[in-house]
Amino acid sequence: MRLELVPRGDVSPVARLLSPVAALAVAILIGGIVVALMGRSPMAALQVYFVEPLTEGWAQQELLIKATPLLIIAVGLSFCFRANLWNIGAEGQFIIGALAGSILPIWLHGTEAGWWVIPASLAMGALGGMAFALIPAMLRVSFGVSEILTSLMLVYVADLTLDYLVRGPWRDPKGFNFPQTVSFDWTLPYIAEGGRLHAGILVAPLVVLAAWFVMTRTLFGFGIRVAGESPKAARFAGFDAGRMVIASFLISGGLAGLAGMIEVLGQIHQLKPGISPGYGFTAITVAFLGRLHPLGMVFGALVIAVTVIGGENAQIALKLPLDLTRVFQGVLLMCVLAADAMVSYRVRIVAGGR
Amino acid sequence: MGIWEAVLITVITAATPLLIAGMGELVVEKSGVLNLGIEGMMAVGAACGFAVAILTGSTILGILAAVGAGIALSAVFAFLVLGLAANQVASGLALTILGLGLSGLVGAGFVGTNREAVPAIFIPGLTTLPGGALLFGQNPFVYASLAIAFGTLWFLSRSRAGLTLRSVGESHVSAHSLGLKVLKVRLMAILFGGACAGLAGAYLSLVYTPFWSPGMTAGRGWIALALVVFASWRPLRLLFGAYLFGGATVLQLHAQAASIGFPSQLLSAFPYVATILALVVMSAGRRSATAPGSLGTPFVPDR
Repeated sequence: MRLELVPRGDVSPVARLLSPVAALAVAILIGGIVVALMGRSPMAALQVYFVEPLTEGWAQQELLIKATPLLIIAVGLSFCFRANLWNIGAEGQFIIGALAGSILPIWLHGTEAGWWVIPASLAMGALGGMAFALIPAMLRVSFGVSEILTSLMLVYVADLTLDYLVRGPWRDPKGFNFPQTVSFDWTLPYIAEGGRLHAGILVAPLVVLAAWFVMTRTLFGFGIRVAGESPKAARFAGFDAGRMVIASFLISGGLAGLAGMIEVLGQIHQLKPGISPGYGFTAITVAFLGRLHPLGMVFGALVIAVTVIGGENAQIALKLPLDLTRVFQGVLLMCVLAADAMVSYRVRIVAGGR
Repeated sequence: MGIWEAVLITVITAATPLLIAGMGELVVEKSGVLNLGIEGMMAVGAACGFAVAILTGSTILGILAAVGAGIALSAVFAFLVLGLAANQVASGLALTILGLGLSGLVGAGFVGTNREAVPAIFIPGLTTLPGGALLFGQNPFVYASLAIAFGTLWFLSRSRAGLTLRSVGESHVSAHSLGLKVLKVRLMAILFGGACAGLAGAYLSLVYTPFWSPGMTAGRGWIALALVVFASWRPLRLLFGAYLFGGATVLQLHAQAASIGFPSQLLSAFPYVATILALVVMSAGRRSATAPGSLGTPFVPDR
């Protein structure tokens, strides 16, 4: 028995649009089976994972807070993925961005510096992420080193750098030896009464709009898409491949770094180990779930944020481990890729081998 | 046992999982497929191997479970990239995310459980000779890893099936037009890679530590991937690279124990930085492309 793939002549845009939704449905089904295998009620899990985060008031705010970093990182990654470049180190760029952006608030702690520290920190966060993403990009352009492995290795380096700083030079002297920095004097203002919704969430829609504009309305965005779909055509058209690599890594690194600093200034208000619950990796799933389209990724980020909050709730309400969320995200990514293939090809099961 | 012998043995201990997993991936990539999911398959192998070994009390069954888990996960990957011609990089990442999550689900019940490490071989009269512990007193996994390495070397360079596999990886269009079964060859290669990753995971939880903890693979799957590039897709160089890397790991552990004044995080970061540097040196010194020609590109046979 084998599968036979027959290319579909023209693919209806509706099918392309609905394929991630179908993938989500299949992934939920598989997730339900896993939950049942673990001896819990799939219906109860469905309620906690997908219904409560959307209906409870506090959870709706939390949804936006979680979706914001995911969306910002994913939009950046989509530039790389569209150009067929595999930056899988956004987690590291997120962390280094948070580190670079925290220099000012830590250095100015206890001084009378004004509100300008906030935008300055955000800018430094973006620059830090850019600088860190530049390493795999330069290594690829100059020496032909695979960006997949270098960007991933640098995640470990970033993680250890953060660990070193908060346990060593940046540790709060009055922090009872906890591995954390001082609490920042400047944080992003809250935009809803009595909630945790911070101004950082307003950045995400701006990033989406800007990305949409660049991708569809500028020569640069066109170049990225051509480079991804047909590197030869891009070369003949005169697009400089090396500059494309550098530019897409700068965009994705900068956005990951910005997301890192927004997370620190908006939510955590200090540096400590584990400032990212794997946002940089989760954003990869978000990007594909959104089919690398800016608006699609808004949908993707909200869906994944729902499962992240659902996963945290399920841990308390149903004693389901957090790893179940990761399993679900892995399954979901696989379903999205499979659905994509089924949109492009008609899949037939044929007897006999080849 | 002399000091050098002891050092060499620890180097081999650190290198063995990299050698096993790396050799598996080398075969996969030689067939033209890039499987980035090693880290995930290794993690599941470590968790399943440990869980089954504890539940049944049998090391052999634990190892079989780990290998089986690796094969099962790689079969899912094969379904995506061969059956549906999905993007290999994204599918491999999905496999890693899934594998790390699954290992947590399987292993959660076994955190804090300890188990005797699989003992090293002892042959009276031989192991006690000078240098005997190095040659005749290693862990069974070490001999298995060497068997896999030299078996792979022979298979790829001397056997007809190995030639077929290489030609499929070099140009799947030509191989297909010669009547070779491209997808079948790739399926076999992917399953072999999965088995190796599972076995490497079992080594980690049954010999190296020997317990299970979340995230215990600590990027070894990724380092194994880097080793394949470092080795320019050649089995003997991979063997050499794995031991070189094992040596670097041991060096770092000793430096950490001796607390020579460096922050421990800097030393922990050393293997990852060393990997990047090794990749740069290898890639910069390379005149022509040595990667298999069809590496990473999906193949859809036309009828």
